[in-house]
Amino acid sequence: MNDNFFLITEEEIQIEEVFKKVVHPNAGAVNTFIGTVREMTKGKRTLYLQYEAYVPMAESQLAQIGREIGEKWPEARTAITHRIGRLDISDVAVVIAVSSPHRAAAFEASRYAIERIKEIVPIWKKEHWEDGTMWVGDQKETTAYPGGTPKEEGQS
Amino acid sequence: MIQILLFARFQEVVGEDAIGWQDAPITVAALKEQLQRTYEKFPSLDNVMVAVNEQYADNETEIQDGDTVALIPPVSGG
Repeated sequence: MNDNFFLITEEEIQIEEVFKKVVHPNAGAVNTFIGTVREMTKGKRTLYLQYEAYVPMAESQLAQIGREIGEKWPEARTAITHRIGRLDISDVAVVIAVSSPHRAAAFEASRYAIERIKEIVPIWKKEHWEDGTMWVGDQKETTAYPGGTPKEEGQS
Repeated sequence: MIQILLFARFQEVVGEDAIGWQDAPITVAALKEQLQRTYEKFPSLDNVMVAVNEQYADNETEIQDGDTVALIPPVSGG
């Protein structure tokens, strides 16, 4: 088991290991979010995905999300593992675990973490469809950074 | 020299995972403009973030000789 709380891995994610990183005696709740590979998106069938990351920066950005959660929910503990490489349908791509003394913070913080992953963590998904491939995020109609940088936490 | 790391589509169109750039210091905005002109195959850099030494940088950031730059197209993890 890798002890890092914020981890990019090419291995299958062991969900319980992520949970174990955050559980502690004063936790009354551990919320886990598990992101999996979906087969159908807007009528298109995915055969498999490839994830690529800028690994050291992706891990430091995951840690940044952990710090942001610590500021918003001071008693929360966060661990996040994201898998890269080839993933098949229903494979686990990301596991977020947040513990806190009470459940509300654990629920809210894990939702916060997945939304931030989609904004600031340098990981890219390549869809392999029945009829072709595409790097998601590569198309003009998706996310842009008009200000030059991803928005700071707290801006809208 | 500046090392420029390429990912996703940028890596595919160039066929390399990194390129070297001799002209430093240079601002992020100027580097993006020059890369766009130099690499005709590049997709538009308009929506692409630049990281300098693993930190997101704004357009005015000056990149120094020896820095590691990464082109970060819109991310799609999760």
